[in-house]
Amino acid sequence: MSNPANLKYTASHEWVKTEADGTVSIGITQHAQELLGDMVFVETPAVGRKLKAKEECAVVESVKAAADVYAPVGGVVTAVNSELDSSPEAINSDPYGAWMFKMKPDNAADVAALMDAKAYQAVVDNEAH
Amino acid sequence: MRNDCGMFDVSHMRAVDIKGNGVRGFLRYLLANNVDKLTQPGKALYSTMLLENGGVIDDLIVYFMNETWFRIVVNAGTADKDIAWMKQQAAKHAPGLDIADHPELAMIAVQGPNARAKVWEALPGSKELTENLIPFSAAEMGAMFIARTGYTGEDGFEVMMPAKAAPMFWATLAEKGVKPIGLGARDTLRLEAGMNLYGQDMDETINPLEAGLAWTVDLKNERDFIGKAALLANPPQRKLVGLILQDRGVLRGHQVVHTAHGAGEITSGSFSPTLEKSIALARVPKAVQVGDQVQVAIRDKMLAAQVVKYPFARNGKSCL
Repeated sequence: MSNPANLKYTASHEWVKTEADGTVSIGITQHAQELLGDMVFVETPAVGRKLKAKEECAVVESVKAAADVYAPVGGVVTAVNSELDSSPEAINSDPYGAWMFKMKPDNAADVAALMDAKAYQAVVDNEAH
Repeated sequence: MRNDCGMFDVSHMRAVDIKGNGVRGFLRYLLANNVDKLTQPGKALYSTMLLENGGVIDDLIVYFMNETWFRIVVNAGTADKDIAWMKQQAAKHAPGLDIADHPELAMIAVQGPNARAKVWEALPGSKELTENLIPFSAAEMGAMFIARTGYTGEDGFEVMMPAKAAPMFWATLAEKGVKPIGLGARDTLRLEAGMNLYGQDMDETINPLEAGLAWTVDLKNERDFIGKAALLANPPQRKLVGLILQDRGVLRGHQVVHTAHGAGEITSGSFSPTLEKSIALARVPKAVQVGDQVQVAIRDKMLAAQVVKYPFARNGKSCL
């Protein structure tokens, strides 16, 4: 599965999608879910929580390990995907559909400055070597 | 694996043969469980091997082959210290014995309800020899040593053989549809089955009575064994219990458990696919009872868990 070209990415393996209303949806990448394996638990941040860029704000936990998820940019949490409470495995089957939380970014420019799919792929390739 | 079968390469485990006159008397003193329970050739016994102070050097399986030959299978990470300890004790108490380990033996575990049938298909002649083997016993077939043992809570065999014979055996099983399974999954299976892992649930600083291993320590008669005096002098203050997480999350080793009787610690924890819940083994104060509610500190939260009897799963089914 390739990384969709319409998304932005972080070096800590989150993807970021800008929605029509100016909020962003955040999830973890194909590469991240593959490394973690069978997902069994997702903890999302509280709606209304104010986050700084790179702040730990969510947890994904597989049978193998727990991993922190970081805020890609500064902003306020506006929604969480509560469906993942009962079906965390959606992150494995559809990593780019299974968004974890939405934020209203402090600056849209911060989102624009994140990596594109090509730059992110270079990060992944680099990790593999 | 719990519904069909799978195979594991566990060649890292080490077989140690102890041979000579008086081997039974030596093992009666060396091991916490009593080898006098072994009367039928091929029968096996699970035991701990203790330090003088009662700490667990290792857990192991000892097979009685004949009165001048017992075979012990020990953990990989502890094999060298185990063998050094056995030789040191033998030098003092039974200098005539021959103690030889066999790193050249490979070991493949085939486990699950259909495991024995697949091994019989893969090894012509093995069915006649092993279909009447009761659990926890073994038979020899040429250079192969076939034991009805395992570390998954399912039926099956652990087969030892010269390393050069292992690739063919593995490939034949694969041809018959037996899927390879990794050691991560094996760890989940053994936890569901309520089996201890050395280095995690017990080690040299823990006595077996605080590690859920009282059943491997035979204190019933006058027999003396290494560690016995220390166990009798120091009654256990803690015990190993099962936990089921009621809140959402995953129990892991080293998380702190808060009980009405004081704090304890998770020794092994994971997500159980069979129960679809997170489960753990935890060492807690002795007064904690099955059914008690406890709290487990996970990151910045206190999550609710219940003390339960383990094993959690055996023969494909939840035990709870």
